[in-house]
Amino acid sequence: MIPLLSFIIFLPLAGVLLILITPSHLPKCIRYTATLVTGIVFLLSIYLLINFDTGQSAMQFVEHKPWLVGWNIWYFLGVDGLSLALIFLTSLLGFLACLASWKIEERVKEYFIFYLLLMTGMLGTFLALDLVLFYIFWEVVLIPMYFLIGIWGGPRREYAAVKFFLYTLAGSVLMLIGILSLYFLSQPHTFNILELISRGVDPRWQMILFFAFFVAFAVKVPAFPFHTWLPDAHVEAPTPVSVLLAGVLLKMGGYGIFRICLPMFKIAAVNLAPALAVLAVVNIVYGACVAMAQTDFKKMVAYSSVSHMGFVLLGAAALNATGFNGAILEMFNHGIITGGLFLLVGVVYDRAHTREFSQFGGLSKPMPFYAFCLTFLSLASLGLPGLSGFVGEFMSLAGAFSFYPGLVALSAVGLIVTVGYFLLMIQRVLLGTVNPNCSNLPDMNPLELITIVPLILITLAAGFYPQAVLHYQQTAVEGMVRLFCGGIS
Amino acid sequence: MIPLEYFTLLSAFLFCVGIYGALTRRNVIGILISIELILNAANINLVAFNKYLGTKDALGQIFSLFVIAIAAAASVVGLVLIIAIYRNAKTLFTDGLTLMKD
Amino acid sequence: MHIAHFIPLFPFLAFVIDILIGRRLKIASAYIATGACVLSFIFSLKVYQDFSCGAGSYDLGTWLVIAGKPLNFGIIIDPLSIMMLLIVSFIGTFILIYSIGYMHDDPRFSRYFAYISLFMSSMLGLVLADNFILLLIFWEGVGLCSYLLIAFWHERPAAAAAGLKAFVTTRIGDTGFLIGILLLFFTCGTFHFTDLKSVTGPEPLLTIAAILIFMGAMGKSAQFPLHVWLPDAMEGPTAVSALIHAATMVAAGVYLVARCFPLFVAHPIALQTVAVIGGISALMAASMATVNNDIKRVLAYSTISQLGLMMLGLGLGSVSAGTFHLMTHAFFKALLFLCAGSVIHSVGIQDIQKMGGLFSKMKITGTTFCIGTLALAGVPPFAGFWSKDEILLTAWQNHHPVFLILALLTSLLTAFYMARLIFLVLFGTARSQMHPHESPMSMTIPLMVLSIFAFGAGFWGAPIKEGFIEGESHGAGMIMTISTLVSLTGLLTAYLIYVRRITLLPLSVLNSLQGLKTLLINKYYIDEIYDRVLIQPCLRLCRASFDFDSNIVDGLVNAMAFVTQYCSGVIRRSQTGLIQNYLLIQVFGVVLLLIWLLKL
Repeated sequence: MIPLLSFIIFLPLAGVLLILITPSHLPKCIRYTATLVTGIVFLLSIYLLINFDTGQSAMQFVEHKPWLVGWNIWYFLGVDGLSLALIFLTSLLGFLACLASWKIEERVKEYFIFYLLLMTGMLGTFLALDLVLFYIFWEVVLIPMYFLIGIWGGPRREYAAVKFFLYTLAGSVLMLIGILSLYFLSQPHTFNILELISRGVDPRWQMILFFAFFVAFAVKVPAFPFHTWLPDAHVEAPTPVSVLLAGVLLKMGGYGIFRICLPMFKIAAVNLAPALAVLAVVNIVYGACVAMAQTDFKKMVAYSSVSHMGFVLLGAAALNATGFNGAILEMFNHGIITGGLFLLVGVVYDRAHTREFSQFGGLSKPMPFYAFCLTFLSLASLGLPGLSGFVGEFMSLAGAFSFYPGLVALSAVGLIVTVGYFLLMIQRVLLGTVNPNCSNLPDMNPLELITIVPLILITLAAGFYPQAVLHYQQTAVEGMVRLFCGGIS
Repeated sequence: MIPLEYFTLLSAFLFCVGIYGALTRRNVIGILISIELILNAANINLVAFNKYLGTKDALGQIFSLFVIAIAAAASVVGLVLIIAIYRNAKTLFTDGLTLMKD
Repeated sequence: MHIAHFIPLFPFLAFVIDILIGRRLKIASAYIATGACVLSFIFSLKVYQDFSCGAGSYDLGTWLVIAGKPLNFGIIIDPLSIMMLLIVSFIGTFILIYSIGYMHDDPRFSRYFAYISLFMSSMLGLVLADNFILLLIFWEGVGLCSYLLIAFWHERPAAAAAGLKAFVTTRIGDTGFLIGILLLFFTCGTFHFTDLKSVTGPEPLLTIAAILIFMGAMGKSAQFPLHVWLPDAMEGPTAVSALIHAATMVAAGVYLVARCFPLFVAHPIALQTVAVIGGISALMAASMATVNNDIKRVLAYSTISQLGLMMLGLGLGSVSAGTFHLMTHAFFKALLFLCAGSVIHSVGIQDIQKMGGLFSKMKITGTTFCIGTLALAGVPPFAGFWSKDEILLTAWQNHHPVFLILALLTSLLTAFYMARLIFLVLFGTARSQMHPHESPMSMTIPLMVLSIFAFGAGFWGAPIKEGFIEGESHGAGMIMTISTLVSLTGLLTAYLIYVRRITLLPLSVLNSLQGLKTLLINKYYIDEIYDRVLIQPCLRLCRASFDFDSNIVDGLVNAMAFVTQYCSGVIRRSQTGLIQNYLLIQVFGVVLLLIWLLKL
């Protein structure tokens, strides 16, 4: 059998080798190579999607080879309903952001080397089923991201890159300790995630290990109060990197919670679920309030991510099928929608070289296509029923409602604020009289349209018929809920 | 036969000279030479003790030959670095070479 | 598939065509939109004709699985939905025809028709939805179209702000609505309207759910205290005001309450809430309409007031009264708005104090305007008379003297402000330089058609009443007489004040009324109160949380970094970077080690 998953993960790495031998004075050649590689990865992920058996709850396309035998470390990959959507998201956004990266003019070679390395890390994180492998991929993501922000970023790029790096590293050090503890607690020692889940973890240790892992994931999600790296990183990062940051990196945190925190530490999860729900609502409401106060376009979208990722936590805290489905769906939808919004922020930033709301106004006149795309994705993001954002939020709310009706009501109030800041943004940027600074900005070019249109179509389709996305994750969610049968629901 | 003490005293003297040179010289080449002295002090010890202990396999000699070979290699690398440093910094005095500190 | 499934699809297709290639189609984009609407109307008629087979719900399939229960989407066909289908598609058709004339030289002509088509599609979907979630989707869809169309002329800051206000205000109601739906679902496990008849659950949860659902209706139907957006929504094109903000979308709230009526009937407190809110809105909005000078805003307040009356009718326990008034109101209010649009189109101003004497220049508009006014004022035998009479009768029969008086006061005020409106606009002498001319055919034909219905729709109450069995009415004659007298009193008072210029009350009383007038002109200061009590504190909270975020939360992070850096700075001094220093320390260390090892 062809090791499909290995192909998906290591194709970008092969691309790195190809680019390494390409002379740096051929930037076009480098761009095409990178785009080709990400394109193939995307096609492979579609192949994966088609051949995925939705009726089966076990891991599929498994690759299980001994790696460091003395330590019982295995090269163990597999995909299930939880990771499938994220793999698709990663490869899609990876491909589209690669197209958007064509605008990068300086140090093209290094940029795409880091970019492809980042792809490998992200894809590996979602596919690894051995804790050591998982940890390695998790850290592999950090390094290229550090350089991508630190070299190609905005004026405060070094600050943002170091902050991002240290913040995430501090979290993952805790995770490393957690991984080692799990290894030495298990008899016989193992790093196998599935085995650790089925064996169960000593109840005395669950609480502390839950914390160790959760902090690592909370930094990535990002959950209040570990979120302040996000606005800085987003504001400084170049557009395609922002897209991946919001679209994929944040999902790594959510994915970790669903893959490790909840199933492995069931007792702790059940006990801590109310606290998690409170944290989720703080994220939703607080993120929305802070986003409302922004005057920087990109920062506003960044804080809206904080708010939206709260729904993922809320769905996780519900500990039932509806909540899990909602949370996973919300991860996918948020990746698509916010990825698109960052692309759109990049479009005006490239033209006007500013992101301050006060510098815009009346953009719908010179840039009608842009106005349409921005309005559409904003509406999707604020949870307009019929578009995809609503479904995930609704299911998260519905899942959590029977346990925390008050909290759900509170987060619904957060949704009002969300409507407020998105519409205010539309009013400031698109409506009104045309600001003289931007009266002759050109509308979106074909390349930009190619990157944004697929996202809009997916938003529309997933909102119209969410079952299309949900039926892939069905069995994975059922399996997870079964773990909690004795628990809360 | 020359007693062992003579050799050890010589090597101790050489070692002290080397240490003193390495600590006080401000010229990089001087430091390099001083380090060579220290190595040679060690070599003398190795050979002398080998003779004194009377082992047949001449391990001390072999070892000192190794040391000489590696010292040669090390000084080649050191000299290359010194040339590189001189080309960049236009000085060989350690007071001026504070690139890492600032 | 049921034939009714196609009804919302036609306008949706028109929307897709118009939004994609509308610019190239130019005027044809309007024909496509209108044609789609006509098709929807024909199909609605067909559904009406086939209705003999009885009410039913037609499933389309599972959309989601919530808490283990499949949520099926489908449509519901019953007298209520058929009536709404007919009203929406019929009035929509004529308003689209009217719009062709009204919007003819707008640069975003095709965009307008695209939005209207999307609205028609959502509205038709809304009335067909057989469960709360599907309804909510279309509910927000019409809200979105309302937003887009209010802010249609967004170069005017007021229009953009009004759109925002409308969306956010209705969203507040919708948040309650969403929570209400969830509460209902988790108390009795259903999203479907057909199951509402048999729902049982613990009290007071269901009452709370019903009231929360009513919140959604309050937002959409602009009921007190969420009514503030509707007057501002008049910034949109007048045809939009007629279609969305008078005839159809704002009536969706009333429709929702009627649709969930079994739930409300089973919970008297919820039903009373509906009645009280409706009554307050009716009287309050009517009083504000009496002093306003903007032709469209008067009508907007009147809409709030009439919607309040419908809610009152529902709240008093009579679906037929509420929905009957919904139907007649849709005709005559659409007519009145279109007349107002025709006037604005002709003279280019909206201040009624500057108009006057337009009747002689605009015969068709004038006549139809008068018909609409008489219908709204409730003069027999115009449509409004019959439907309002139903509401009054319900109040009388259910022994609610307070609500009866409230409704009568409202109709008095209604007759008064409408008469004031037409006397100031159509009669008397022109009070400013105007060059009025009659509007084109595409605008006057809809006026004439609608005025026929504004006159005669009252006689069409029979099919609706068949759906809901009504008891024998006693006291009907007396109520009719009183209501007629009240209306005529209102008309007469306005005639005396605004045509005859007679001071009816002594000056001292008038002066003391000045305070009341200021209060009314300032809309009871509700906008200001909201600004002070809700909006500004909310914005302050947002700014405060941003300050908190950048200073405290991020400050802590940076403080940690700073402390680390400072400590490193102290320790760093030992690292001189001079290799000879390190060597010196090393030698000392070796010497010390030797001393210790050799026990010297």
